[in-house]
Amino acid sequence: MRPFGLLRIERDPEQSWARTIFVSVLAITAAFLVAGVIFWGYGVSPLRAYRVIIQDTLGDPRAVPEILLPAMPLLLAGVGLVLAFRAQFYNIGAEGQLLAGTVAATWVALFTPTPGPLMLPVMFLTGFFAGALWGLLPSLLKLRLNVNEVITTLMMNYIALSLVSWLVTGPWKGPSVRGFAYTDTFPDPAWLPALAGTRVHWPTLLLGIVLAALAAFLLNRTRLGFEIRVQGQNPDAARYAGVNPLRTTLLVMLLSGGLAGLAGVGEVAGIHHKLLDPNQVSLGYGYVAIIVAWLARGNPLAVIVTATFFGLIYSSGDVMQVSLQMPFRVTDVFNGLILFFLIGSERLLQYRVRWVPWKS
Amino acid sequence: MEILTWILGTLVRGLAFGTPLLWGSLGEIYAERAGVVNLGVEGMMILGAFSGFAVAQVTGNPVIGLLAAAVVGALAALLHALVSVTLRANQYVSGLALSMFGLGLSGLLGRRWEGIPLDHPLPEVTVLAPLGISLAVALWIVLYHTRWGIVLRTTGESPAAADAMGINVTLVRYLAVVFGGLLAGIAGGFLSVAYRPSWTEGMTAGIGWIVVALAIFAGWDPLKAIWTSLLFGVLFHLSFRLQTWIPPEPLQIMPFAFTIVVLTVGARRGGRVRQAAPEALGLPYVRGER
Repeated sequence: MRPFGLLRIERDPEQSWARTIFVSVLAITAAFLVAGVIFWGYGVSPLRAYRVIIQDTLGDPRAVPEILLPAMPLLLAGVGLVLAFRAQFYNIGAEGQLLAGTVAATWVALFTPTPGPLMLPVMFLTGFFAGALWGLLPSLLKLRLNVNEVITTLMMNYIALSLVSWLVTGPWKGPSVRGFAYTDTFPDPAWLPALAGTRVHWPTLLLGIVLAALAAFLLNRTRLGFEIRVQGQNPDAARYAGVNPLRTTLLVMLLSGGLAGLAGVGEVAGIHHKLLDPNQVSLGYGYVAIIVAWLARGNPLAVIVTATFFGLIYSSGDVMQVSLQMPFRVTDVFNGLILFFLIGSERLLQYRVRWVPWKS
Repeated sequence: MEILTWILGTLVRGLAFGTPLLWGSLGEIYAERAGVVNLGVEGMMILGAFSGFAVAQVTGNPVIGLLAAAVVGALAALLHALVSVTLRANQYVSGLALSMFGLGLSGLLGRRWEGIPLDHPLPEVTVLAPLGISLAVALWIVLYHTRWGIVLRTTGESPAAADAMGINVTLVRYLAVVFGGLLAGIAGGFLSVAYRPSWTEGMTAGIGWIVVALAIFAGWDPLKAIWTSLLFGVLFHLSFRLQTWIPPEPLQIMPFAFTIVVLTVGARRGGRVRQAAPEALGLPYVRGER
C-alpha cells in the first residue's frame, strides 16, 4: 500500500513466474556485485575478472562442453532434491548419496561378471539403489525418532567421503596403478559414450532431462505427487486427508538419494572411468545441487535451466583458476552469495509493483 | 602405570581437541536458545581460523589474533541474523549459505598464507581450555539463574510471550546469534593460533557441523557441553592415535558416525532431546502470526 510516485507496492501472495524470474535475476546480479567487491579486495579487478569470464565461457563455443559437464550431475541430483524439498525434507546429503552411487558403479564395473551389453544399465541401477540406501538411514531416523535430517544427512556425507578414500587407498587400490590412489580403469563396456571431441557423456544428460520431465509429471499429475505437495505445504492437512507421511517421505527420499546416486554413476562411467579421490570425483556437486534445487523453486523442469546456470558458474571458476590464477574455492564464494541473496529476496516474491494511473 | 599415562595423555589431547568444540557449541547453544539455528558454524569457524592466523602473524600477538577471529565470527553471524531474523528466510538454508561462503572466502583470501607456520603460537591447553570450562559454567549460571537467562529462554520457547512481556525479540535473537558467532570465531582461531599454528584452507574439516550436533547432544545445556565436547575431543584424538593399528579412513568416520548415534540415542531416551529443544527453534517470529 506504499505509494511510490506512480508506482504502488502492494502485497500479493499469488505466485507469478514472471516475478519469480525477475527477483531471482535480481538476487543473482546482487551476488555478482558483492563477489566483484571481494575480487577487488583480493587484488583482481572485478571488471577484468568478469570480462575474462564472459569471453572464455559465453563468448567461446568450445566452452559449452565445460558448462555441460558439471551441469549433468547437478541436474540429476537437483531434480531429486526438488522432490525432497517439496515434501519439506531437508536432504543435505546429496554429496554422500552421489558418492555411494560411484562406489556401487565401480563395484559392478570391476568386481562383477556382468556381461558387456548389460554393464551400463546394471551400473546405473545399482548406483540408484546405493544412493537411495545412503539416504535411507537419515530418513528412517527422521520419521521414527524425529532426528534432525540436516545433521544426519551431512554426517553421512563425511562418512561416504572417508569410505571412498579408504576404498581407493586400500582394498580397491588398482594393482596396475602402483603408487596412485585409484582403482583400475573400468573395462570398455563400462564406459559411457561421449559426444565427439568432448567428454560430454550424453546418455547421462538425456537421462537427466527425461527424469526431470518424469519428476514434473509425478508432482503435477499423479496422486503421489499431490500427496507430496500437500504434505510439504501443510502436514496437518495432509494427515487429515489420509496421507501417510511415512510412505510419502520415505519414497521421496529414496528417489532423491537414488537420483544423486545416478549422478555419481555418470561421473565415474562418463568422465573418470575409475574410482579415485572423492574430492576429485565430486567437486561439491551434492552441495551445489541444493542451490540448484532452491533456485528452481520446486519445479523439476526448471532444474534443467538452473543446473546449466551453475554449470556456467563452475566453468567460470575454471576460467578464474586458469586465467586469473585464483584458488578453486572462488566458486564457493559465488555459491554462498547466490544462495544468501536468493533466500534473502524470497519475501520480495510476495509483493508486486503496480502502475497506478493518475485518476485513481 | 603405562596404561595410566596413556589414558591421561589421551584425556589431555582430548581436552585440546575438545576446546574448539566446547567454544563452538556454547555459542550454538545460546543462539538456539533464542530460537535461531545457525548451521553456519563451519563457515564462521573457518573465517575465524583464517583471520585469527593472519592477524596473529601480522601483529606477532596471538591474543590479538584471537580477538580478530572473534570479531570476524561475530560479523559472519550478523549476516545470518540479518537473513534469517530480519528477512525471515529459512534458517537452515541461510546457515548452509554462510558455511559455503565462509569456506569460499577464506580459501580465496587465505591462499597467500597457506602453509606458513605461525611465529608466536598460543599454548594449546593451558589458556583456552580452562577459560572455556569457566565460560560454560558462567553461561549456565546466566541461562538458569539470571533475568537475562529468562529473557533468552522465553524468546526461544515462545517469542509471542516474550513480545508480550515487552522483550524485543529481534534484538535478543540478534544478540544471541552474534554472540554465538563470536564464540565460533574464537573456536576457529584456536585451531589456527594454538592447536595447529598454521593456516590450511578447509582446516575445520567438518568440525563445525559436529558442533551443531553437540548443541543438541548437550540438550542445549552449557554445563553438559563440557563433557560432550571432551568426549568428542577424545574421539577425534583416538581417530588419529589408533592409526598405528587401523587404517586412517575408517577411523575418520568415527566422530561422524558417533554423531548420528548420539542424536539417535538422545531422541530415543524418553524424548529427552525433544523436550529440551526450544519450542520455537527454527521458526521466524512475526508479531500477530501463528
